[in-house]
Amino acid sequence: MSVIIVLIIISVVVAVFFLGLFIWAVNTGQFDDTYSPSVRMLFEDKKPAYPASPAGGRTGRHSKSQPSRQTGMKEKKDEDKKK
Amino acid sequence: MTGKDKAVKTICYHCGDNCDREHIVFEDKDFCCNGCKTVYEILNQNDLCTYYDLEQNPGISLKSKKFDDKYAYLDNEEITHLILDFKDGEKAKVTFYIPSIHCSSCIWLLENLYKLTDGVNHSRVNFVKKEFSADFNPEIISVRKLVELMVTLGYEPSISLEDSNKKNEKSINRSLYLKIGVAGFAFGNIMLLSLPEYFGFEGLEKNIQRFLTYLNILLSLPVVFYCASDYFKSAWSGLKQKFINIDVPISLGIIVLFTRSLYEIISMSGPGYLDSLSGLLFFLLVGRWFQNYTYQGLSFERDYKSYFPLAIYKYVDGILKSIPVNRIEKGDVINVRNQEIIPADSILKSDHANIDYSFVTGESNPVSKNNGDYIYAGGRQLGESINLEVVKPVSQSYLTQLWNNDAFTKEKDESFESLINKISKYFTIAVLTIALLGFAFWVGNDFKTALNVLTAVLIVACPCALTLSAPFTLGSAMRIFGKKNFYIKNVNVIERLLKISHIVFDKTGTITYNQTSEVNYEGVEVEQDDFKNIKALAINSTHPLSRILAESIDENPDNISLDKYEEITGSGLQAEVEGDAYKLGNWDFVNTGEYSSLEITDATQIFVSKNARLLGRFKIENKYREGLKEIVSFLKSRFGFSILTGDNKNEERRLIELFGNSATYKFKQSPQDKLDYIIKLQKQNAYVLMIGDGLNDAGALRQSNIGISVTDDTSNFTPASDAIMTSNSLRDLPKFINFAQVSHAIVIAAFTISFLYNILGISFALTGKLTPLVAAILMPLSSISVVVFATTVTNLMAKIKKLV
Repeated sequence: MSVIIVLIIISVVVAVFFLGLFIWAVNTGQFDDTYSPSVRMLFEDKKPAYPASPAGGRTGRHSKSQPSRQTGMKEKKDEDKKK
Repeated sequence: MTGKDKAVKTICYHCGDNCDREHIVFEDKDFCCNGCKTVYEILNQNDLCTYYDLEQNPGISLKSKKFDDKYAYLDNEEITHLILDFKDGEKAKVTFYIPSIHCSSCIWLLENLYKLTDGVNHSRVNFVKKEFSADFNPEIISVRKLVELMVTLGYEPSISLEDSNKKNEKSINRSLYLKIGVAGFAFGNIMLLSLPEYFGFEGLEKNIQRFLTYLNILLSLPVVFYCASDYFKSAWSGLKQKFINIDVPISLGIIVLFTRSLYEIISMSGPGYLDSLSGLLFFLLVGRWFQNYTYQGLSFERDYKSYFPLAIYKYVDGILKSIPVNRIEKGDVINVRNQEIIPADSILKSDHANIDYSFVTGESNPVSKNNGDYIYAGGRQLGESINLEVVKPVSQSYLTQLWNNDAFTKEKDESFESLINKISKYFTIAVLTIALLGFAFWVGNDFKTALNVLTAVLIVACPCALTLSAPFTLGSAMRIFGKKNFYIKNVNVIERLLKISHIVFDKTGTITYNQTSEVNYEGVEVEQDDFKNIKALAINSTHPLSRILAESIDENPDNISLDKYEEITGSGLQAEVEGDAYKLGNWDFVNTGEYSSLEITDATQIFVSKNARLLGRFKIENKYREGLKEIVSFLKSRFGFSILTGDNKNEERRLIELFGNSATYKFKQSPQDKLDYIIKLQKQNAYVLMIGDGLNDAGALRQSNIGISVTDDTSNFTPASDAIMTSNSLRDLPKFINFAQVSHAIVIAAFTISFLYNILGISFALTGKLTPLVAAILMPLSSISVVVFATTVTNLMAKIKKLV
């Protein structure tokens, strides 16, 4: 019967892990704004009118907040404007 | 407007306004002004037109928004230091409150700001709080450039003196979320581990059973020592003040539950009530969360600081330099430009100034001042920039002194007044009596049973359902009010609404329209052409009264040419229109010396003459909000009325028409007078509801038992108050008061239900039959049924009362 004790301990540990995740989420402010994320996830970047960057098409995930790519994109755009 | 404009109703592609004043077509799209077109151009060039796909006409109208070098002060390091959250070399972080954030397009554009400009690394919008925060590189884009870009796009950050003492306040809700999470976690797991107990698995090995119960104790420790801490604290502080609040029986229940469970488990006499304990706290905390609902986008705590500017231009050795407003000293010479606010009491050094005090004194028309005049802080300069010599520092000015009044230093503590705390005393005493009687009854036979009965009564009588009834009823009512644009600070306001006996209205901006006035012509009968000519004349002046006059005349003066146009400051206008000489202005300017039947009153008026013959006058009067009469006639029978105004008496006749003879009218009231009047009413045992709008009402709003500030747009500044209401929901005021009574009745009904549960529970307890299983069923059942009852009935009643 003692195997059930091990199982219970495992189940509680798993539960505590998720509680920890919840605490982390609250403390990093993920519950502070309950509206904007629901809208933000639906934003989609339009396919660029100019040739895509070397790594292939831009996906929503990448174009958001990666500084390295941003600068690249801006240069592209500047070139576009010159034309 | 002319017929030509009416025929075509084009809507601006950017902001959705009518394009009837100006109509610009660009790339087949209609725009109502240059500002809107510019934004479109900027977005179009940067491939950001998704902005227009997310919502229809999402933009913010840019009419009458010119900033020139309004934000030049942001180049001053000392000032930007006050605004920035953080700055270190190439990295800086800033957070702005942007009232105009209103839709998903706004979020999208502001978060894609990095595509629009170099230097912005990352930006985020908190829609609920209407906050925008950005990480940027100040060496590439200065704070001023960033702010100016946002203003161009229509997202004007609100930068005020308030920002200078900004603190990084964390959301209060976070700890509540954590507590709910922990309590819910413990509740679920303890119930799960108690399952064998519920089903009475006799065959369970003793050591496994012990293991499970000890695990339960472990799980319940954070519940008792962390989640319940607020209740203990509140109960203790109540007891210290010799006051039994509702947290006293709750704390008692929790302590008894926990100690009895500990005793049972350790002595192996039973499994304890730890599941009920954690369930109880979980429900209580959820109730608290529901009740603590707040309108984060609104601020109920603003004082003059969020109205006053952050920086001001000061002459240093003859050169204008921007300095933080707080650093102004007596004797400084400052420069205030068009539409800027005068931050300190001072003396006018320029020849002439036109100052709009409407927000401060309630005086609706601009006041003109001349060189050497004393100018109170808080006014807004209209027209060209003026120089002023400061007489008093900001915090000691005539207006700001109001905030030194006692009314602002003491907290309005209303929690003691709430219904639940009123009955908690009797409730606690009754429960203790029953518990002790039960103990006394059993103690003769069997001490152990007697002790069991005593603790069982305290456990089962723990007023969980009782404490949930008010939060869920009033919380629902609060949300219903919110849908009707009546935003209350907390649920206590609803309970206080019941007690009102006297309603005090401010006049200007509250019961009258802020922007529009009623213009009536009195005098010799004239032809339509004359009106057209008068409009042609008035339209040329920037004087506020001319503007009002020009707007009130429905003629199109496009093809009329003026000769010899002249504007005499402080007097009026004159010009020749198609051979006729017109004069518009005050009595001394227009008076032709001939006898006139027009009596000269205090009223705001513009006289008009044609070819040196007096025609008549335009009387400019406040326009009262629609539906006022209905409200008044409805509320008259139940409440006393007072009307306070900073204006002079010339509207008295019309006010009496509206409010009748029984109301009290007070004219020429200073902000301090208003506050004193409320105190006077309260001394006569009146429970005062104050409805106001401006800074001049701030004292009265604060002193009154309930202060409601009325605003045309909730993104505007409103002084600290208990509730904020948009001006067009003012007419629903009787409904709101009525619904407050309805929700009170619902709370009482919910109380009754929870009392019935308590009686049922106590009958189990007194007979010594309160097993952990009964407790584990009864407690959540009572809580849930009360919650369901409270929310559904409240929403149902709102529908019946036609509030939703």
